[in-house]
Amino acid sequence: MILYVLRILQWTVPFCCFILFSFSVSAQTAGKYDYIDISNPQMKKIPVAVPDFKPLTGNSMEVTISGLGAREISDVLEFTSYFRSLDKASFLVDARQADPAAPQFKAWTTTGADFLITGAVMVNDGNLDMELRLFDTYKERLLLGKKYSGVLDDRRRMIKRFCSEIMKLLFGNAGLFESQIVFVSSTGPGKKEIFISDFDGSSPKQITHNGSVNLSPALSSNGQYVAYTSYSAGKPDLYIQQIGSQKAVLVDQRGIGISPSWVPGKNELAASLSLSGDPDIYLLTINGKIINKIVDNPGIDISPSFSPDGKKMAFVSKRAGNPQIYIQDMGSGRVDRLTFEGNNNTQPDWSPKGDKIAYTSLIKKGLFQIMVIGVDGKGLVQLTYDGDNESPSWSPDGSMIVFSSTREGSSKIYVMTAYGTDQRKIVDLAGQQSEPKWSPSSAN
Amino acid sequence: MKKRMFVVLALMFVIPGLLFTASCAKKAVKSEAAVAAPSDDAAKKAAAEKARQEELARQKALEEARLKEEAAKREALAARNKFMNEHVYYAFDSSALDATAQNVLKNKAAWMKANPKEQVIIEGHCDERGTVAYNLALGERRAVAAKNFLVNMGIPAASMTTVSYGKERPVDPGHNEQAWAKNRRAQFVIK
Repeated sequence: MILYVLRILQWTVPFCCFILFSFSVSAQTAGKYDYIDISNPQMKKIPVAVPDFKPLTGNSMEVTISGLGAREISDVLEFTSYFRSLDKASFLVDARQADPAAPQFKAWTTTGADFLITGAVMVNDGNLDMELRLFDTYKERLLLGKKYSGVLDDRRRMIKRFCSEIMKLLFGNAGLFESQIVFVSSTGPGKKEIFISDFDGSSPKQITHNGSVNLSPALSSNGQYVAYTSYSAGKPDLYIQQIGSQKAVLVDQRGIGISPSWVPGKNELAASLSLSGDPDIYLLTINGKIINKIVDNPGIDISPSFSPDGKKMAFVSKRAGNPQIYIQDMGSGRVDRLTFEGNNNTQPDWSPKGDKIAYTSLIKKGLFQIMVIGVDGKGLVQLTYDGDNESPSWSPDGSMIVFSSTREGSSKIYVMTAYGTDQRKIVDLAGQQSEPKWSPSSAN
Repeated sequence: MKKRMFVVLALMFVIPGLLFTASCAKKAVKSEAAVAAPSDDAAKKAAAEKARQEELARQKALEEARLKEEAAKREALAARNKFMNEHVYYAFDSSALDATAQNVLKNKAAWMKANPKEQVIIEGHCDERGTVAYNLALGERRAVAAKNFLVNMGIPAASMTTVSYGKERPVDPGHNEQAWAKNRRAQFVIK
């Protein structure tokens, strides 16, 4: 017997409003599942079976979504590198006929699945209802049950939402499925524009259209604004633009405006401006007004990145003769040098968990690689080896790093786990892509 | 057949005859004139000759002036092209001006002093190594270093603006030391 509990979600994004129902799951399982330890890089991938959804009335749209939705769940979960989706050919059960609420667990454990996800889909007059369930096949228990109601276009959002629920249940945080990635893509000779894509590089959309060179995008904490450098007025100035709007606020016209980075959870950002003659780091409001100068030193000071609590800031300075990464305590103003290996260390990105900083280091002649170091300067590791690899940026849950690489020739966007495993290209666009940056937090 | 032969023969004699007559007539006219006014003609001839010489001299002077002007224009154009095409080069990750760079900048100063009305943009460029933001900062340091050197040479700061292109506009797209050396530069553009 399943009880339906109605809950209407409050969405910050105006265009989306599907409705979520939760099946009530027995109290001892819901929310009490032992979290799987993901801090172990040697962790074996969890085998999960995602059979096609059951089409409830059998119309052709339901049949399409039955296969498509199952594949999307597999892809989304596999993206994390925690899961391995089992081959459908090995399934012993025809899920389109079976009861999605009462699976034959033995048939799934025989297939090798630790977890099973079943779905049921109903399409009626452009409206879409999806029931999704997660089972532990060995404990033979329903762990999670959700029903989503909306329009056909909500399909992918429903699937991402359900996968986020799975992450929350199994790993203790919502993961990265509702995050986005901004990056730069060439759009013609001498033209570079800012693009935004889904967390997995899918559905890339161009968000600047000025036909100039646009660089170094960074999404605000709420995901609504993007700060970037643009040559639209002939030189590299800093702009802040609301996504969806073509109006961009110019921060300051004196000197250059580069390397913006938002303060976690605040409508403030830091960036390097050279209005006093050389690049120093300033704190700015979302409207582009200067709050104060936070790094004032002769020579180059750029690329700020804040700790998750906003109390410390990593940045790049040339004060020791070549670019190195430093950490400044925002309260006391004390500055400590973080990197000592190599003579060209740039682009720090503070992990959302707070304990590590990813950066770019010149390793071999002319080639940069992605490094990760503890905020205490210990535990330095090199994560990339092939081609030139730059611009590391952590996913909002700290489980992955997005970066650019020339390993296949031209510069493209790649992801890897926080440990450097499962490196692969994610954005499928013509031209060259660079400077990816993950949105600081999920939409919720 | 015989008739046609006759016509051809007749023509063979008649045409040269006609030609001969024409050339004789010209000669006759000339000698007649010479005989008619011998003394008057000498003075006139001298005057005409003088005028012709004067005209020639005047034209020669004009031509010389024109050539000179052209040469000056060519020279100015060459100087202008050199100003725009002779770049200041830098070492990797550096905005320091070595002796060669300083000599190039002295040439820039000389040209700017000779052309005080010109407004100049100094572009700072980097090689492809390193990150976008760092190279934007480094490119600016390079352009500013060149500008400061020229200000110290007495060029008014107001006649120069700087813009950093970072690694966005390489002159050589190669991925080797030769290309990188060419790309690490300050480039001068006349507004």
